[in-house]
Amino acid sequence: MENFLGLLSFGAEGWGDEIASGVVVTVSLALATLPFGLILGFFVALAKQSEEPSLRLAGNIYTTIFRGLPELMTLFLIYFGAQIGLRQFLIFIGIETAIEINSFLAGMLALGVVFSSYASEVFLSAFRAIPRGQYEGGYAVGLTYGLTMRKVVMPQLIRLALPGLSNLWLVLLKDTALVSTIALSDILRQTGIAARVTKQAFFFYGTAFILYLLLAILSGMVISRIERFGQKSEPAR
Amino acid sequence: MRISKRIALAAAAALAVAMGGAQAQDMMKLKIGTEGAYPPFNSLEADGSLVGFDIDIAKALCEEMKADCEFVTQDWDGIIPALQAGKFDAIIASMSITEERMEKVDFTNKYYNTPPALAAPKDTDIAGVTKEDLAGKAVGVQGSTTHSNYAEATYSDSDVKLYPTADEYKLDINSGRVDAVVDDVIVLQDWLATDDGACCKIVGTITPVVEIHGPGAGIAIRKGEDELREKFNAAIDAIRANGKYKEINDKYFDFDAYGS
Amino acid sequence: MTEMSVDQTAVERPPALPRRWTASRIWGSAAVAVWVLIGAGFVWYLASSWSLDFVEKYGPRYWSGLKVTVSLVLSSLAAGAVLSIPIALGRLSKNRYVGALAHAYIYTFRGTPLLAQVFLIYYGLGQFSNELRSIGLWGFFRDAWNCGFLAFTLNTAAYQAEILAGAIKSVPKGQWEGASALGLPRLFTFRKIIMPQALIVALRPYGNEIILMIKGSAIVAIITVYDLMGQARWVFSKTFDFQAYLWAAVFYLIVVEILRNVWAWIEARLTRHLIR
Repeated sequence: MENFLGLLSFGAEGWGDEIASGVVVTVSLALATLPFGLILGFFVALAKQSEEPSLRLAGNIYTTIFRGLPELMTLFLIYFGAQIGLRQFLIFIGIETAIEINSFLAGMLALGVVFSSYASEVFLSAFRAIPRGQYEGGYAVGLTYGLTMRKVVMPQLIRLALPGLSNLWLVLLKDTALVSTIALSDILRQTGIAARVTKQAFFFYGTAFILYLLLAILSGMVISRIERFGQKSEPAR
Repeated sequence: MRISKRIALAAAAALAVAMGGAQAQDMMKLKIGTEGAYPPFNSLEADGSLVGFDIDIAKALCEEMKADCEFVTQDWDGIIPALQAGKFDAIIASMSITEERMEKVDFTNKYYNTPPALAAPKDTDIAGVTKEDLAGKAVGVQGSTTHSNYAEATYSDSDVKLYPTADEYKLDINSGRVDAVVDDVIVLQDWLATDDGACCKIVGTITPVVEIHGPGAGIAIRKGEDELREKFNAAIDAIRANGKYKEINDKYFDFDAYGS
Repeated sequence: MTEMSVDQTAVERPPALPRRWTASRIWGSAAVAVWVLIGAGFVWYLASSWSLDFVEKYGPRYWSGLKVTVSLVLSSLAAGAVLSIPIALGRLSKNRYVGALAHAYIYTFRGTPLLAQVFLIYYGLGQFSNELRSIGLWGFFRDAWNCGFLAFTLNTAAYQAEILAGAIKSVPKGQWEGASALGLPRLFTFRKIIMPQALIVALRPYGNEIILMIKGSAIVAIITVYDLMGQARWVFSKTFDFQAYLWAAVFYLIVVEILRNVWAWIEARLTRHLIR
């Protein structure tokens, strides 16, 4: 037991500090991806419920691709493919510079597009749950499209989409584990290195397992607080 | 937005370089890619630092070239794409010089050359390293290496399993998932000397096949960067000549790893 | 209607208004144009690097990888379905402890990454090979495919149990009460009245779960299993040619799209009596 505590200690001997930094990477990656994915997802949802067929088509292609590809594949395609593509493009237009898509950015982009393609579905069903009368009411009292959207539709939309989105957050948190394969030092990679070096595979992978579980429990607590807050503004029935 | 900002930054950096040209020439900036999972050549310590023969050689070369070097760790199976993608400028990670790889990258001259070997548990019934000796056995190797190419080409009657890093086949020979492993003899010896490697012994060394194993381990750089390659070659010759190579060599091995 | 058609020759209709270039139409066309460009670039890239050599040399590998992916997913889905029934029943149980246990199981497996579960089972349990050998289980854990299968089964069982429990709960209580008023035994009620209704509710989430499993299965490539992703990695490691991954991506998309359409068809077929 003392032995295991020693393995988790901070400092040069133990792996505690490495694993802690892995937790920071995992959490910050998920947090950085969230707003990016939400905004992108919202716009894709707008496109998919638009009356303009070309916008709908573009939105549908987007979700078909990113919901159909394995997340690991999306990650590889962006990490290697986008980098090579960008380099070729820059050389083509004559800029000789090393713009780098590092693994954090690649992870954020990949997880963000996957998140947004699912989030767009959540937003879409939330949009559909808002009756037309709400828009018409907004226009009737003289609000512009933007104002109706912001002041009438959005508040309801967020509340309707919240359960679906919180589910996606948990999925996102787990999907971050995939970035360990593109050399980003997240929880799983750091525990994996520790496991291989110390040969205590069960202990360290078990640690990773528990850390993810703790993050999920923590998120669950935060989400239920947000949900309670959201319910407060619900009209009394 | 992000990209335009980066271009602006890059432009500013280019300007700075142009203005302080002389200074920049003295200290060439180089990013060195390595794996960090291949002791004793390159591996990670618990404090996150890189150690090993490759690392020491790289540092000596950088010193010789008056370059400011920074190490980047990268998983083995993505190390060549990452070089091509510009994530770093050179790979110093015990990469064997092979025809296959030379289609994608350029190599410097070798900086060491040691033979491969086969290791198995001490109570093994594997008597040799030929195809017949290993028929029906599970053989573990690191994927995308000359060793995996050799194992797949030679041990066609065996179940050849490819692992992302050397550490993983070590886990699996300890648990008994594989019956034997193939790797560089130095790597195996280094591992056998630890508690973890106490399970196993070297069954025999494998005679290198030039078409597969190539002339030794070199430094990989992007194609066409001849100037950098020549700098590396000159630096390798220089540390060979001035005794720096021998100093590092003797820290790790009791023979000359450079080979003949 | 008839009067209209009589007059139609006489009335000169104004021509339809030309579709205006609204902001959304411009954006939409631009977005479609971007997709077309990406698609064209993609096809151009694959076509330009197309070589019979590549297909001949590596085609069979992709095919065998596809078979491994499909067999792994199908068998773990089936085993997971069996395992999910007791867990779902536990979730619905009135016994607090049984309920908590089932909840803990579901929460644990849904709350942690599949990759971590796979590593824990493959490398983590590999550490105890001597113990496993002494109780005769090593033969199972020795094989990477089996470890992937076990991890996927445990994982999908948690998801399927949650789907099943939710679906059973969604059947109104009145259905149970009606059946018991008719004097039907509980098990019979469950099998013949509750389950058929629950399964229809569960149909869509089940379809999603299958797709999630196909995509999730790509991670077994990391523990030496040669599924589609594993073969793509292998080919990439030989050729360093990016099309190795692109082909696998195309195959995954095709499999998922086929499945999605087949599932939509099944769903439409099974729920046609619900359409009003």
